[in-house]
Amino acid sequence: MEQLAFYIFSAIMLGFAASVVVNRNPVTSALSLVVSFVGLAALFVMLNAYFIGIIQVLVYAGAVMVLFLFIIMLMDIKAEKRRELNLVAFGGGIAVTLGFVAQLATVLSKFTPGRAKMSPLANEGSDVKLVGHELFTNYNFHLQVIGVLLLVSTIGVVVLSRRATK
Amino acid sequence: MVSLNEYLLVSGLLFAIGFAGVLLRRNIIVIFMCLEIMLSAANLSLVAFSRFNLSEAGVPNYNGQVLVFFIITVAAAEVALGLAIIVALFRARRTVHVEDLDSMKN
Repeated sequence: MEQLAFYIFSAIMLGFAASVVVNRNPVTSALSLVVSFVGLAALFVMLNAYFIGIIQVLVYAGAVMVLFLFIIMLMDIKAEKRRELNLVAFGGGIAVTLGFVAQLATVLSKFTPGRAKMSPLANEGSDVKLVGHELFTNYNFHLQVIGVLLLVSTIGVVVLSRRATK
Repeated sequence: MVSLNEYLLVSGLLFAIGFAGVLLRRNIIVIFMCLEIMLSAANLSLVAFSRFNLSEAGVPNYNGQVLVFFIITVAAAEVALGLAIIVALFRARRTVHVEDLDSMKN
């Protein structure tokens, strides 16, 4: 049962991720990316990471993708016209990707500790509390640095998108 | 029950799809979406390692999930900044096709 759910969610995630790459219309790509991220959130939930799964849906499938769709709408981008393909670049891209997949298969086939099956958790469902505890004790300083980073990036976006007025 | 290798394989395939998108696509917005796919693939393997690295009491190693939390935060900031840069670029050049953006070539 769990095996079946894993395969279904993986297929949804990988299939729609491939559709992001293949589709020529950016709006179709963006909507496929939303579905792909929801599939990924389902995999997080299967790994008992409920907090990360919810964050994934809220931040990625919600905020980030709305931003993408908004920008696509603002720029009024039509589907790409077919241009002549740069065969060297295309072949190179495919070759590098296939090389990466081959490397992955070789490494994973020799990684014996990874064949262990998932063992049940002792503290099913209390991960929000534990992640929060970790965040506000061991990683408290890092959390505040992230706050500064968000402030700086907000200021950066405002400066970048301001029209130059003289 | 699913093994760690299967999660790592799925995560690696997702990364490969995003990587192929960055290399093959010419629309700068789609390239940016593919970067997000690659970041999420890394998140999936981090959460899988966290889940399978149980302590003796049977509690997962939450350091991995905290790192994923930070990655998602930084990725959100990165998307906002990157899209602002793309909008500024589009205003100046009226294109999102990377092959038209070659003023730094030669």
